Amino acid sequence: MFETRIASPFSGESGAITAVAPLGRAVLRCREADIGRVSDKLGLALPQAACRSESNGPNSALWLGPDEWLLLNADMQDGWVPGLAARLDGELCSLVDVSHRQVALSIDGERAEEILASGCALNLSLRAFPVGMCTRTMYARAEIVLWRTGPRSFYLDVWRSFARYVEALLREAESEV
Amino acid sequence: MLIIPCPYCGERPELEFSYGGQAHIDRPLAPTDLNDEEWNEYLYVRANPKGRHAERWRHIHGCARFFNAVRDTRTDHILATYKVGEPAPEIPA
Repeated sequence: MFETRIASPFSGESGAITAVAPLGRAVLRCREADIGRVSDKLGLALPQAACRSESNGPNSALWLGPDEWLLLNADMQDGWVPGLAARLDGELCSLVDVSHRQVALSIDGERAEEILASGCALNLSLRAFPVGMCTRTMYARAEIVLWRTGPRSFYLDVWRSFARYVEALLREAESEV
Repeated sequence: MLIIPCPYCGERPELEFSYGGQAHIDRPLAPTDLNDEEWNEYLYVRANPKGRHAERWRHIHGCARFFNAVRDTRTDHILATYKVGEPAPEIPA
């Protein structure tokens, strides 16, 4: 077996902003009529409400659009995506492994909302952006996927090449709020 | 910044969207049957109203879906948004 080692593009591990360990990621697209069947085969209910997520053990499905989901696997198991593809055999859908396209940061603590508000124009208060809500949006000039995992915890997924840009701005914001 | 109501995601900041031109322009079913003038009309000729304009927008940095909006070009107010395939809503003056 190969040992999978992925170099993190992030520089530091301090304060409220920490790099998330490598995750399995896949983008799933399927038609509305097939959502129920695909959910059964995945063993994970694909959320149909806008900007909501569902989790089952190490696996999560994040709503990105009415026919598009980001699937996450916290264990980064080898063969996770091929396993999903095998289970979806015969379904008319698209499943793309994007595990290495994106990297993730976790922003935690009392000031998490304020740190993110430095570059994100959404209302991030708990009432407007409750736990479990997720969305694609912008942080400064970079597209991100933002997911609230707890009252004071956010998961931020960003394309690898934008990672240091986003991290630098977040750390600057952290030093100022 | 404008706040634009996406029909899928709700109210979102303008910077998540991109503009897609005039709405409700159907591609001719048989383009080869068109003469040059009709083809020119389809490709290039657009309304340029001072007032209400039905136009396509894409929530590209959100759900990535196209939708239609009625915008008043004088005030930049977005009066209604609706999904692709739906008729433009009646809006009282």
